[in-house]
Amino acid sequence: MNDYYLLRRAWERLRSPIDGWLLALIMALFALSLVVLFSASNQNLDKVINKMTFMLVALGIMWGVANVRPQTLMQLAVPGYIVGVLLLLGVALFGDVVNGSRRWLHVGVTRIQPSEVLKIMVPMMLAWYFQKHENALRWHHYLVGAVIIIIPSLFILKQPDLGTATLIMASGFFVLFLAGLPWKVMITGAVAFGASLPFVWNMMHDYQRKRVLTLIDPSSDPLGAGYHIIQSMIAIGSGGPTGKGWLSGTQTHLEFIPERTTDFIFAVYAEEFGLAGNLLLLALYLLVIGRGLMIAAKATTLFGRLMAGSITLSFFTYAFVNMGMVAGILPVVGVPLPLISYGGTAMVTLLIGFGILMSIHKNRPLIKR
Amino acid sequence: MAPFTSQQQAENQFQLRLLLAFAAMLLGFVTLAARFAWLQVYQHEHFATLAQNNSITLSPIIPNRGLIVDRNGVVLAQNYSAYTLELTPYKIENLEQTLSQLAELVDINARDIKRFRKQAEESRNFESIPLKIKLTDDEVAKVSANIWRFPGVEVKARLFRDYPFKEITAHVVGYIGRINQKEMERLEENDELADYRGSTHMGKTGLEYTYEKVLHGTAGFEEMETDAGGRPVRTLRRVSPVNGHTLKLALDIELQKFAWERFGERRGALVALDPATGGVLAFISKPGYDPNLFIDGIDSQSWKDLNDDWKKPLVNRALRGLYPPGSTFKPFMAMAALETKFRDPNYTIPDPGYFSLPGSTHRFRDSKPSGWGSMSMFRSIQVSSDTYYYKLAWDMGIDRLEPQLAKFGFGSPTGIDLDGEARGVLPSKEWKRKRFAGKRYPEAARVWTPADVVPIGIGQGYNTYTPLQVAHAVAILANNGVVYRPHVVKEIENLKTGEITKVEPNPVRDNHPDPANIAFVKSAMEAVLKPGGTAARIGAGLSYRMAGKTGTAQVVQIKQGAKYNAAALAEQHRDHSWFVAFAPVEAPRIAIAVIVENGGWGASAAAPLAREVADFYLTGRKGEVSAPNSDAPSAQHVRADKNKPAAAPAEEVVE
Repeated sequence: MNDYYLLRRAWERLRSPIDGWLLALIMALFALSLVVLFSASNQNLDKVINKMTFMLVALGIMWGVANVRPQTLMQLAVPGYIVGVLLLLGVALFGDVVNGSRRWLHVGVTRIQPSEVLKIMVPMMLAWYFQKHENALRWHHYLVGAVIIIIPSLFILKQPDLGTATLIMASGFFVLFLAGLPWKVMITGAVAFGASLPFVWNMMHDYQRKRVLTLIDPSSDPLGAGYHIIQSMIAIGSGGPTGKGWLSGTQTHLEFIPERTTDFIFAVYAEEFGLAGNLLLLALYLLVIGRGLMIAAKATTLFGRLMAGSITLSFFTYAFVNMGMVAGILPVVGVPLPLISYGGTAMVTLLIGFGILMSIHKNRPLIKR
Repeated sequence: MAPFTSQQQAENQFQLRLLLAFAAMLLGFVTLAARFAWLQVYQHEHFATLAQNNSITLSPIIPNRGLIVDRNGVVLAQNYSAYTLELTPYKIENLEQTLSQLAELVDINARDIKRFRKQAEESRNFESIPLKIKLTDDEVAKVSANIWRFPGVEVKARLFRDYPFKEITAHVVGYIGRINQKEMERLEENDELADYRGSTHMGKTGLEYTYEKVLHGTAGFEEMETDAGGRPVRTLRRVSPVNGHTLKLALDIELQKFAWERFGERRGALVALDPATGGVLAFISKPGYDPNLFIDGIDSQSWKDLNDDWKKPLVNRALRGLYPPGSTFKPFMAMAALETKFRDPNYTIPDPGYFSLPGSTHRFRDSKPSGWGSMSMFRSIQVSSDTYYYKLAWDMGIDRLEPQLAKFGFGSPTGIDLDGEARGVLPSKEWKRKRFAGKRYPEAARVWTPADVVPIGIGQGYNTYTPLQVAHAVAILANNGVVYRPHVVKEIENLKTGEITKVEPNPVRDNHPDPANIAFVKSAMEAVLKPGGTAARIGAGLSYRMAGKTGTAQVVQIKQGAKYNAAALAEQHRDHSWFVAFAPVEAPRIAIAVIVENGGWGASAAAPLAREVADFYLTGRKGEVSAPNSDAPSAQHVRADKNKPAAAPAEEVVE
């Protein structure tokens, strides 16, 4: 009896910070990801087990974050942001170069990718900032917000990592947008962005330019930069309405798909599970987004609202950019498919985000208006 | 209240923006869904095809071409494996750049590039065309290491054809060459394209051409799944090729080589047949050429050199050279007279040293101006009397002669298994009418005049035959009128089943001549090599019985359109030297016809050659035969000879 009571309490303690809806959706996506990974890795069980380990770790972290109250998160915003920027500085000075870009930093025995940290810290910093000035928002607050976004983004662009920089800028922009960034500013910004494109073009590295150019016409370079897109489009298209069946994707198993366990895992999925599978995945994502937006709508503080909204919109952005890229309607930027792609760091970042969402949702009644 | 409203306002604004964001996201997903539907439903077929082509390649397996070996198994045409650098034009964006970059890795000369371009123009776009053949190991390594830089460039291991005996067998074995557009169309017409999938070469001349079907075999193929790099992952299906069959020749390469070498620098032809089977023992046309040059397309300079050579090495004299048979024709004239019972062997004519037609002062001169006084048929062959045969031809007339001579194969193709045989001219009234038909000739030109027949008696006039035809006629005579079709290939061996098909094992016909007539002519021919005969010197010291006949053909320009070469002029005006022979007389094993162009009197140039060849074949060998230095790396299979060396070569000849 006593034992049972303790067990119940422990379970209660374990369960209470978790949002059931989100957890169920995450688990569904995880299950899907293991199935696809097994095929994409050519039935490499080690990779699947590896990924499961990462999942458990990430779920643990999510649970931990979900236990942290929003107030504490707010307190972490400024130091977290500063540490993140300092780490980026460290990367710029001492980082390891992998695949032509300097993204990794050695910390003790392991190495980390500080840009991942900023994916959370930039919106958190902004949300904290807008919460602080909630009652008297002026245009210059948005300006400061812009600076908060731009500082880390420039570091990341310099690495160079266009994909992550874009995602961080997007996550920051979502906060500004939800915080009520005037339409005038947005329109002006859009125009200014358009005007600045030529300069951005000049700043870009050759491989980035090539990616942009082949996006416009992949067939212009079928054996070079356009190759990946063409092959992934063939994979998706040949999958047809119902797919070739699990483990039966010829494009995948004959190594026509590059990076098929990471950035291009969607091509594997689409080839083997077809349009039906794709729609299922979209539906799952949409449910996650719906739940995220619901949490944002119900949040009681500006910080909560902005944070939840930004995290949800970022999640959408990852999914949209990745699938759009693999399907050939967006440029090839290194963005993994959320929760599905192989790779621990991105998954941990995502689950920290979900942890924050859960924390915001569960701690709602405690914050009085 | 104000802060509250502003907060309320802010909240409302947030909800609105959240809604807007949701709408935008929904729109994003709908866009994706539409894109997926387009790719996976609307364009599904297209991409499915692409995926299929991506992963499955059908690669032909080229059958090994059959070997050609001589009667003792010595290899005359073989295959060896070597690496080639091949380019597939349609896969190459910038051909010039690729060529120049490849030239940095591999030694590519202007000839290679020229040949490549020529072939690229002729061949179909999707075929890979060799740029450089026979790469060295070093070059293979260099190119392989850089192959990723050159899409459409491959290093392929291919089987090459090699003719180790080069010019010695060129006119018999022939050569293979690249399949050209015309041949491709013919293959398509004959529904043989499938057999040739992947094949680049086919027989162009000689045995390689006539036995193409047997030698080539049938292509197999392999259906393979390949990965993105084009590397085969696994074989889905494999249909083995049927390799070509081995040709075993009647030809004796030792004899061929011996005869070739004894010919020296002289021009001419020699055909040696086995009278009892029709098998070709030796088949020589001098000069020859190196057939290996033609296999992958001859370069224009070498072609020009060969083509412009006044000695015409490319012309197969034995098969296509038309020569008046000269006095070698006389035994057959005698046979015609005897078989028709027109002349009694004992009938003797007066021989003043010339023959005149009744009522004409024109004299057909004998080679012995003073004449022999009187002349019998036996003597007419032994001493080669012209007067006797002028008169015989005149007395018999063309209508009687022509069918008798045709029995020996004169004037019709022998049917040998080599392509492009000339049929020669056995004149007749009919022939002359056709030959001079048309407006270019006056009516008188096509009418047979009685005098036309006179020079035919001594193998001149309208008569022209190939050395092969003459050898064939001698073989028919030697074989007592039983006719075998001459054939170079003795048997075809199916390597897979071990089945052996004999070529032409049965006689074509039997002329059924009177054995007495045959014996009479043979003995007269044997007397030619005896004291008092025209080739008495040649017959000295024979260890077997040999019969023969000398001949001297006045030079009538052979149909080769040879250009006049100042240095060669004098030589080219000399008579052609003929000799025909068979031995041993009692049971002939070899029948020979030799012509030495501009060699002078028959006994002087051609007869010693015939004697040496017969000696070599019948009494012994002079050691081993080895091919001239061959490019092929593989070892030669040469038969070790057990026979003792031949007797001393025939002595020097007078005149």
